[in-house]
Amino acid sequence: MSQALLIARRELAAYRRSPLGAIVIAGALLIDGIYFYWKGLTDKLVSAQVLSEFFYGASGTTMIAGIVLAMRLLAEERQTGTLTLLNTSPIKDSEIVLGKFVSAFGVLALMTLLTLYMPLLIFVNGKVSVGHIVVGYSGLLLLGAASLAIGLFASAVAKSQVVAALIGTLILAPLVLLWAVAKAVDPPLNRVLTSLAIHHENFRPFMNGILELDGVVYYAAVTYFFLLAATKTLEARRWR
Amino acid sequence: MIEIRDLYKYYGDRRAVGPLSATIEKGEIVGLLGLNGAGKTTTLRILACDLLPTSGTVRVGGLDVVDVPHEVRRRIGYLPDTPPVYLEMTVDEYLTFAAKLRGVTGADVEKRVDEALELTEVGSERDRPIGALSHGYRQRVGIAQAIVHKPEFVVLDEPISGLDPVQIVEMRDLVRSLGGEHTVVVSSHILSEIHETCDRIFVIRDGQIVASGTEKELSEALLSGMRVTLSLRVGQAGAARASQLIASVEGVTQVELAAETEGPGVASYRVALSRDTRDELTRAVVGAGFGLLELTRGERELESVFLELSKSSDEPARKKKKRKKPAAEPSAEEAS
Repeated sequence: MSQALLIARRELAAYRRSPLGAIVIAGALLIDGIYFYWKGLTDKLVSAQVLSEFFYGASGTTMIAGIVLAMRLLAEERQTGTLTLLNTSPIKDSEIVLGKFVSAFGVLALMTLLTLYMPLLIFVNGKVSVGHIVVGYSGLLLLGAASLAIGLFASAVAKSQVVAALIGTLILAPLVLLWAVAKAVDPPLNRVLTSLAIHHENFRPFMNGILELDGVVYYAAVTYFFLLAATKTLEARRWR
Repeated sequence: MIEIRDLYKYYGDRRAVGPLSATIEKGEIVGLLGLNGAGKTTTLRILACDLLPTSGTVRVGGLDVVDVPHEVRRRIGYLPDTPPVYLEMTVDEYLTFAAKLRGVTGADVEKRVDEALELTEVGSERDRPIGALSHGYRQRVGIAQAIVHKPEFVVLDEPISGLDPVQIVEMRDLVRSLGGEHTVVVSSHILSEIHETCDRIFVIRDGQIVASGTEKELSEALLSGMRVTLSLRVGQAGAARASQLIASVEGVTQVELAAETEGPGVASYRVALSRDTRDELTRAVVGAGFGLLELTRGERELESVFLELSKSSDEPARKKKKRKKPAAEPSAEEAS
């Protein structure tokens, strides 16, 4: 466990020194801000709707940021050869994956929290509950964790960062679009597909300030599954 | 001690290593010599627990690399062919990270980092980012990372490649200084880079050890005596006669007329001797009235044997090795 933290700390320092972290955060804040202004402040909506709209917009940037932040985690180390250092040290593959994940999640959480000024604006000028804000942010963080895990798995599979981003997108995009597929198929299959979709029904409650256990379990399961897959990928690589 | 028994490694259908058996004693510096693709890196990666063997057993200090890889990793330091350095970190940060990663704790970390810096002489650069260092210094940092946790075993994959002549000498001294305290395995594809550094050399080809021993043993066992180059003033038509004469001298096993010549009437011969019969050779040619212009001992003799050994499975090289081998005492262990 302490070894995972050691890796996470090194990784955070790397984010700080490379422009990637700053660019992702700045880009996400810009897009969130524009969306907030365009959707939330122009239309005639009540405060709670504005807040929901904000979380809806932020969920998109969070997913993209998750993939982009995660793409370098393992693929870059493989490209530069530093993965060998980790591979030949007495440290478990699961600790490598966990350390990487924790660091990227730290950056993602910072990015998410920096958007807090927008809900605060609504809170001060309108009428929304603190609960709605807290639940919405929990949703964003859970969704972000799942996206990061997908991106991290892609990074474990891919040889280069670009390919990692591509694979990550190719996994995430269908997961998002599952709800559209669900619309086109008959019950009971549509229920299964809807509950598997990463955004639509699983995220909507969070967005509207309703904490549902289903969503929490879903995101935790997706995160765990892809982190496990990333670990197994690293282990399998030793055979070839 | 490192024990390798019947090691095989396949990449898909392609055999990269095997069958390979070898024993490396404690405190020894062993060179793994072979051309690119001979299986050096694969062997070293298995030793360092970066890669799993397909079959066979590898024991490092009595510990099996498959059963207890973490225990082995704690005891081994590995420098891959490209140093595994994070370019954005400073030397100090990087070595501290590497030490902690290998399980060095508390106050020991700083001490070990200082020691590694001192041994590899990169102390002056400790606060610079690794990305700003020259290739030679990066290579040193790579070695520092391999010894920072004071491993019993140090595995270096081509530590000398790409260095300038001054750095090569320094790197040799550095590797040399690791011996005794550490058991060192160094790989190279250039003999002259490692023959002075290593106690023993394994020549590896097609994933197998084709010869082993000290430089002296290798040359004695494989060179069958010595090679000399002879330049004679033979006149217009004496080249063939001189050649016959040389061949008739005692101990001469092979005479070859060299293509290059100093000028008209001068012929150069490459002569293989089963033992040192240079006196007889000179007496014979001078006695026959040829002008002896030059007699030099072949300098790159071991290099040429190495090349011969390393060439893809051509039979002559193998036969030669088998015939001469009984003379080489240390080869007993790989015969087993």
